[in-house]
Amino acid sequence: MAHLDFAERGADLELAGIHKRFPGFTAIESLDLTIPAGSFFALLGPSGCGKTTTLRLVAGLEEPTSGRIRIGGVDVTDVTAYRRPVNTVFQSYALFPHLSILENVAFGLKRRKIADPLGLAHEALRLVELDHLAGRRPAQLSGGQQQRVALARAIVNRPALLLLDEPLGALDLKLRRQMQLELKSIQTEVGLTFLHVTHDQEEAMTMADTVAVMNKGRIEQLGAPEELYELPRTAFVATFLGQSNLFTGDVVAGNPNSITVDVGGTAIVVPLDRAAKHTGTVSVGVRPEKVALHRSAPAPDGERNVLGAGRVVDVSYTGVSTQYLVEVPGIAGRLTVFAQNSGVGHSASLGDEVWLSWRVEHGFGLADEAEAPARFDDDTDTTALAAQERAALQTELEEA
Amino acid sequence: MAFAAFATAEAVPQAPKRASRIGWFLLAPGLAYLALFFLTPLISLLLTSLQAPDLYGDIGAYVYAFNWQNYVDVVSEYGEHILRSFGYALVATAAALLISYPIAYYIGVRCRSRPLLQSILLVLVIAPFFISFLLRTLAWKQLLSDESFIITSLKALSLMAPDAHFTGTAFAVIFGLTYNFIPFMTLPIYTTLERLDTRYLEAGADLYGSPATVFRKVTLPLSMPGVVAGTLLTFIPAAGDYVNASRDFLGGTDTAMIGNVIEANFLVLLNYPAAAALSIILMAVILAIVGVYVKRAGTEDLL
Repeated sequence: MAHLDFAERGADLELAGIHKRFPGFTAIESLDLTIPAGSFFALLGPSGCGKTTTLRLVAGLEEPTSGRIRIGGVDVTDVTAYRRPVNTVFQSYALFPHLSILENVAFGLKRRKIADPLGLAHEALRLVELDHLAGRRPAQLSGGQQQRVALARAIVNRPALLLLDEPLGALDLKLRRQMQLELKSIQTEVGLTFLHVTHDQEEAMTMADTVAVMNKGRIEQLGAPEELYELPRTAFVATFLGQSNLFTGDVVAGNPNSITVDVGGTAIVVPLDRAAKHTGTVSVGVRPEKVALHRSAPAPDGERNVLGAGRVVDVSYTGVSTQYLVEVPGIAGRLTVFAQNSGVGHSASLGDEVWLSWRVEHGFGLADEAEAPARFDDDTDTTALAAQERAALQTELEEA
Repeated sequence: MAFAAFATAEAVPQAPKRASRIGWFLLAPGLAYLALFFLTPLISLLLTSLQAPDLYGDIGAYVYAFNWQNYVDVVSEYGEHILRSFGYALVATAAALLISYPIAYYIGVRCRSRPLLQSILLVLVIAPFFISFLLRTLAWKQLLSDESFIITSLKALSLMAPDAHFTGTAFAVIFGLTYNFIPFMTLPIYTTLERLDTRYLEAGADLYGSPATVFRKVTLPLSMPGVVAGTLLTFIPAAGDYVNASRDFLGGTDTAMIGNVIEANFLVLLNYPAAAALSIILMAVILAIVGVYVKRAGTEDLL
């Protein structure tokens, strides 16, 4: 079997037409995805979006309802989990409590009858700087240390594809930063393909080469982190990945370079190549840090979109920057502005009359329309569904 | 459930070191009870086992002495019964383990998504306790006696020799022991398997472990506390059992276990020192076996 050897390099992963239905709901709807070998790919989405299910399908812990999974060109859809050239760093770490750290790390090597499993396990533990704890049990380690052991236990097998299921979720901020850097350097060092699942957009952006934003079982947008942030294509991406000011209106004019959208009486210009939709009702937006705050109406110069006058309704100081919430008559919702606290530029206080402006090339046009965001998302993650099902069963039993 | 308490006894976190009068106060009734009903009879038993026959008294009259010859006598006379007891208990424990583990696994792991089925199956495991085990063993004697429907049918079908018996054989005694102790084996194993985190099994599969390997390397070691509790709860009473092996139940003249010998010496032969010496030997051997077993099984590492 090919997987009995260490992978020389990462393998590419191909998901073709994957559907996954659980009794009562669809976790993944028509997913097509190709992850090139050697890349660090992040699957980003809120809980219940199907990202963990995708990971479990690749690991072989779930079977797709339909569709094919190929790793390095080989169809593994019908291959059982233990025969796949894939290793997972589980969200819960899942370190075997009855084995020492060293035995945990050597587990996979021993199963594959690789020579000198303990020597290789020591080497992997040195990589995560935990070799001095090799004799301990998992319960004697801190959360961060357990996470590094889980990582060592997976990478020691040199899998063609390493799956990471929110492995940093349980760590505190400082440790998480440190682990993010370590993970990234390990990936570069060993050249494996990493598939990282997370709901933390900052984590996905700092670590991954390519990010796919997933929502309700579909991939909304896929691309490099900068690309996703600078040019979101859907309202979900615009608001899940960072914050956005979104406006909806009709296209009233267009030329070969830009379109003009009428938003509550104000014309907003968006470059044509940054707009996904060029006619009818469109949603356009701008990131809060691109918006400048003015205490007097700026002279229109054709290079900036100007909104105003509005009124500052909230000011919060966050250290590096100050966040202003501004209400502009005729525009639904409040606008968010981030202003760097660099001592340069204008500052405003609560109740001040202000004007907002941003450069035309910073605006973007979305493919779908922004809806009023729900206060709370539908609770569709697996645990919640299981809990609901159990509650339903209990009422049924009580009635019987 | 008492079994759950048994299985998790080792997991109890360390109590505060501070000496507490309330603690002693709460312990007092239990300690007094044990002193009265466990320690006193034990000392009495030890003294009885060293008694010598009263030369001037009736049969069954003994005087206190230091007659350790009693022990030598019973070992030479009943050595065979002692060995047989532990042999039967060992086989019955192994058989009960082989039967109970899959049941416990099915109820504790496979039925997790179906709580109703899980409860029903658990009730079925416990159901035999609703009837006295004497009655149940007697029922088996009825079912498997030479004149019973089962045995006559087997003989008619030539599946059993015409002059063969079921009751009175070693097989029947071990069968009875196994049957009677299956719930004691199943419940502690169930309680550990019920808490088994299946994510460990997924991790095992992810790390190239086949289902058989994952069972051997992950599931079985993690369920060892239950296996140890279950085997102890089966082996200890089975070694001292005198019901199944009795001629009134499933046993015969050549299947007598140490319990039957103690019963006969105490109630029929009125040889109290011999009965007491056998009881002490039984206790000592069980303690030694259990001590070695628990140490080897290494359950203290598991929790």
